[in-house]
Amino acid sequence: MDPDAVLLARIQFAFTIAFHIIFPSFTIGLAAFIATLLVRWRLTGREYLRTLARFWTKIFAVSFAMGVVSGIVLSYQFGTNWSQFSVVVGNVLGPLLGYEVLTAFFLEASFLGIMLFGWDRVSPNLHVTSAVLVAVGTSISAFWILAANSWMHTPAGHEIRDGIAYPVDWLKIIFNPSFPYRFSHMFTAAYLTTSLVVLAVGCRYLVKARFVEESKTMIRMGLGMVAVLAPLQAFIGDMHGLNTAQYQPVKVAAMEAHWDGSKPANLVLFAWPNETEERNDFEISAPIPGLASFIITHSADGLFKGLKDFRPEDRPPVKPVFFAFRTMVAIGLLMIGIGLVGAFLWWRKSLFDTRWYLSTVQYAWPLGFIAILSGWWVTETGRQPWVATGILRTADAVSPVTFGAVLTTLILFVLVYTAVFSMGIYYINRLIEKGPQGALIAPEPDDKALPNRPLSAAKEANQQATEG
Amino acid sequence: MEDTSYWLPLIWVGILGIAVTLYVVLDGFDLGIAILFPLNPQEHRRDVMMNSVAPFWDGNETWLVLGGGGLFVAFPQAYGVIMPAVYLPVIIMLLALVFRGVAFEFRWVSKPKHQFWDLAFTYGSIVAAFMQGVILGSILQGITVENGKFAGGTFDWFTPFALFIGVATVAGYALLGATWLTMKTHGEVSEVSRQHAKKLLLIVLAAMLIVSLWTPLAFERIYERWFTWPNMIYLAPIPLLTAGAAWLVWKGLHRNEDHTTAFYASVALFLLGFAGLAISNVPYLVPPTLTIWQTAAHPSSQMFMLVGTAVMLPVILGYTVFVYYTFRGKVKHGEGYH
Repeated sequence: MDPDAVLLARIQFAFTIAFHIIFPSFTIGLAAFIATLLVRWRLTGREYLRTLARFWTKIFAVSFAMGVVSGIVLSYQFGTNWSQFSVVVGNVLGPLLGYEVLTAFFLEASFLGIMLFGWDRVSPNLHVTSAVLVAVGTSISAFWILAANSWMHTPAGHEIRDGIAYPVDWLKIIFNPSFPYRFSHMFTAAYLTTSLVVLAVGCRYLVKARFVEESKTMIRMGLGMVAVLAPLQAFIGDMHGLNTAQYQPVKVAAMEAHWDGSKPANLVLFAWPNETEERNDFEISAPIPGLASFIITHSADGLFKGLKDFRPEDRPPVKPVFFAFRTMVAIGLLMIGIGLVGAFLWWRKSLFDTRWYLSTVQYAWPLGFIAILSGWWVTETGRQPWVATGILRTADAVSPVTFGAVLTTLILFVLVYTAVFSMGIYYINRLIEKGPQGALIAPEPDDKALPNRPLSAAKEANQQATEG
Repeated sequence: MEDTSYWLPLIWVGILGIAVTLYVVLDGFDLGIAILFPLNPQEHRRDVMMNSVAPFWDGNETWLVLGGGGLFVAFPQAYGVIMPAVYLPVIIMLLALVFRGVAFEFRWVSKPKHQFWDLAFTYGSIVAAFMQGVILGSILQGITVENGKFAGGTFDWFTPFALFIGVATVAGYALLGATWLTMKTHGEVSEVSRQHAKKLLLIVLAAMLIVSLWTPLAFERIYERWFTWPNMIYLAPIPLLTAGAAWLVWKGLHRNEDHTTAFYASVALFLLGFAGLAISNVPYLVPPTLTIWQTAAHPSSQMFMLVGTAVMLPVILGYTVFVYYTFRGKVKHGEGYH
């Protein structure tokens, strides 16, 4: 196979999956947020909670639609671009993806219909149940797809005959060594991402003194989650790192730009990894000796393998893994900061009056997405040159498709995705700008009200704004 | 062990058949209503048309994922050969579905400047339907395979036959969409769709006739399947039933009070067409070289998946019916959550 076509196929997959991952990582948390709001509404009867749920449901619908259409693309790309991957690992991975479709996709898609269109059509309890089922569906989906992905990193429970992987023990396949860590890490990331968006939108309104009651609810719920989840995520991430050090040592070596495994490693804060001379240029290390060793082995003079312990053809590209990891960790620390400062202000009862905090945090909404993309960049690039560690190299996984065909479709994907998804984000922003409306205006009891009565006009304007 | 490796692939072909059939019927009518958009330029009509399928479209499209996913799960070898062979049609179909899928939401949130999303909805659906037909046509006409891998060219699918199947699929989906709208809406949209459905029925019947003549003449294996003794007798019910279904659609469209018959008969018509094509190709999954057994996944994989499917498929069908039941009855103007 033409090496350029392999590279193009990789770029295409990276591009389509990176676009896709943005939407599910938002909707997993958002579905749970909406379900929580609706359950709270049923329990307390406070109408603004329903208004808020209805508002976020519109944003959910737009994001979910983009997640669905970009996800269908992926389920076919395994065949169109990576047919040898399907042949070699299909026996093992196929059923995991099949279970995702059967247990998650149908559940989400079917009850989404009721969640979106059932507001005034079905009983409130059925409607709330549908929202909960959609949230459950998104989580089940994450379970299966991460089981499949984790198996590609740390395969287990299979045997190889004639170059093809055959299943031996399904439980070992699903609960492969990296799965519990990867699942917790990604799931927490999804909730954290949504919480930050909710928090930021709440701040955005409160700064302008719009939808005050709703925005305070959003800030409390969003901040509460960030304050707890951001530190928890650092802990889970550390555990995940230990697991990676055990099963994929070369990935950790690339993450830390650690070349020489015979010495304890300092924590590299910045460097320009030089792969030809197998060393780091412009290296700046943390002043504490052996800090990287301490993080990875939990002992300052602990040893872990360096890149030189692996043949060059078995190493991942170092720079992208190294820099993406630093980006992710930096954002993680920033999130912990946002959570701690917010929690402190909350405790001091000055959260809603601290303008500098609110007007800064309103811009924090993209942080979760960038951290997720960086994290995936680390783990997927760090697995190279393998597509399934030790079983199949990426270069051997591609379809017998020509360079021209892959190039054509890559260009089409870039054009279509950029156009469609930038419009989607524009519309989401417009929905946010318009905001949750309705509950704060008293309902009009009789429909025969004349249009020149002020209350009716307000209702009409309000209706137009809601329906628009 | 030998028994399971014989029966499991057969069961899986059955399950895939169900998935593809449900996809074609369910997404068929909702792609169909978009194909009818150019014939209904009025905004209020388009609102009603779109709302008649809006609660269902996502569930409908999930059968496409099960179809593709199911092929990957149960027949990875076939998946690995077919997908590269129809590389461009599949990717163009997926991109078309992107436009049409997001249009369900974007059309409402962009109002009153929604003209672009009307076009995206219409042409996304037409291109997706057309490409689905082309994919079917290219599989039917045969895929070049060497050593179990696709060995043909990038444009092998670009033949008059495959393109014709593409056009026929667009017409077929439009018919399903028209009978759905006749049944599911009332007033203006229902009446207009009833008129469209009649014309579309004639076009679809003509297309079916052409395919029925074209395939046996062009492919010897299909000729032998249908026109040798005693197959002719066994298979005679298929054309007879097809004629019966067509008559029911026609008759169902004439009556004024109840149009459910017309819709269900048009579904039956579609299914019979599929049955005919499937019969033409048994036992090949990748005609004319790879059979269902040659491309099957390991029995352990098929069995593991079968357990889940046996449990989940009835559950899925159950709540699919429940959702359709929840949104039963005719769609009124102005309904929707936007």
